[in-house]
Amino acid sequence: MTARVIEARDLGRTFAGVTALDGVTLEVRAGESVAVFGPNGAGKTTLLRLLATLLRPSHGTLRLFDQSVGDGAEARRRIGFLSHQSFLYPDLTPLENLEFYAEMYRTDAQRAHQLLDDVGLTGWAHRPVRTLSRGLEQRAALARAVLHDPDLLLLDEPFTGLDTAAASTLMRMLREAQARGTTLLMTTHDMTRGFDLCERAVILTNGRLVWSGVLAETSPDALVHLYEARTQRGSPTVGASAARL
Amino acid sequence: MLALIRKDLQIELRTKEALASLLLLALLMLVVLSFAFDPTSALRSESAPGALWVAVTFAGVSALNRSFVAERENDCLQGLLLCPVDRGTIYLAKTIANFLFMMAAQLVTVPIFVFFFNLPLSWGLVGVVASLGLGVFGLSAVGTLFAAVSVRTRAREIMLPLLLLPLIVPVFIAGVKVTARALADKPLADVAHWLHLMIGFDVVFLVVGWLVFEYAVEE
Repeated sequence: MTARVIEARDLGRTFAGVTALDGVTLEVRAGESVAVFGPNGAGKTTLLRLLATLLRPSHGTLRLFDQSVGDGAEARRRIGFLSHQSFLYPDLTPLENLEFYAEMYRTDAQRAHQLLDDVGLTGWAHRPVRTLSRGLEQRAALARAVLHDPDLLLLDEPFTGLDTAAASTLMRMLREAQARGTTLLMTTHDMTRGFDLCERAVILTNGRLVWSGVLAETSPDALVHLYEARTQRGSPTVGASAARL
Repeated sequence: MLALIRKDLQIELRTKEALASLLLLALLMLVVLSFAFDPTSALRSESAPGALWVAVTFAGVSALNRSFVAERENDCLQGLLLCPVDRGTIYLAKTIANFLFMMAAQLVTVPIFVFFFNLPLSWGLVGVVASLGLGVFGLSAVGTLFAAVSVRTRAREIMLPLLLLPLIVPVFIAGVKVTARALADKPLADVAHWLHLMIGFDVVFLVVGWLVFEYAVEE
């Protein structure tokens, strides 16, 4: 049986009494790609930050890579996280940033050069991140996220702000990661890309998981209708085609 | 830990933001305080240790305020917290980097302090530097922890001194006592209890910071 990369049970998180995520149960197996759809404020980023061990859950349990999270350090070694923020130091160059992160993950710093070439940033490798455009910075952020060849890649709206070329590069790199067996969990508003890249999807609204299903069993149009219906009603019920919830 | 310290030094050497503000503030305070006392009065040399520690403390607070600003841009702190390292290690590295910045600034501040307060060049200055080392380390240990807490607040420029200054009073008083003794060229054995207090303060707050930093950076 394929290993469980993510096993969340009744996961919830509140911030100063406000519930951001409530009772999410989700299981993702190694090599799977799962899209998380949901309107703004649905709790998508909170879910990803919980899975990245950046936040502690207020309730529920989380196991990563078939182990309890503990202090998270071991799990973090196997997680890559691409957020809308690049996590890159503006006063350092993309190469210096990657070399720093390579040291932090104890991975080969030479990989930084290769990755900057892969994301088309060789010409910008020695310029401070502060001087890069949003798209170029996001490419460098992608290189940072995959620098240590993670087993689980968490992507928070990865296509936001990218031009066509950068989006194609990202798509290519994500497909390559999938081919290597990397597990993907991606939040996005872009259903087309979600459909393209993932085999499963979940819909979050008001902090609750309201649908989970296999994308091959539905069409993009049907998913849009389902999404609109679920997010407008905010129904806490799970769809009939729900898988492994 | 070395990678973290090196990264902080690399950013600081490039921007010089913390060092510049630290040096300018310390120098301005020393100049103002040196002119506040009559140059011929004995009160001037008596007030010198206090003036030095006021300059070091307030300039240090300004540098500590900057120490997490770089981590805030592009949410770099989250990137750091994602790394597979113990959060206590991040705290220790930040504390050491802050200590190094502040001590580097003392290389300029102390000679100017000696000049403006017309102090004799003697072996006592070694004692002054030693007390500064102990005091600045304590300031870094507490300040790094509170800087991590205050960086997420809206009024962080005010929040840090409000949290930090009351706590470092023991170090401030001990520093003044040891500095006064050292400047008078008298043996430091007489102020050993103040030195012990500074060492104890440094150790206690370094351990506390290492233990609770994880909660300080958590939302």
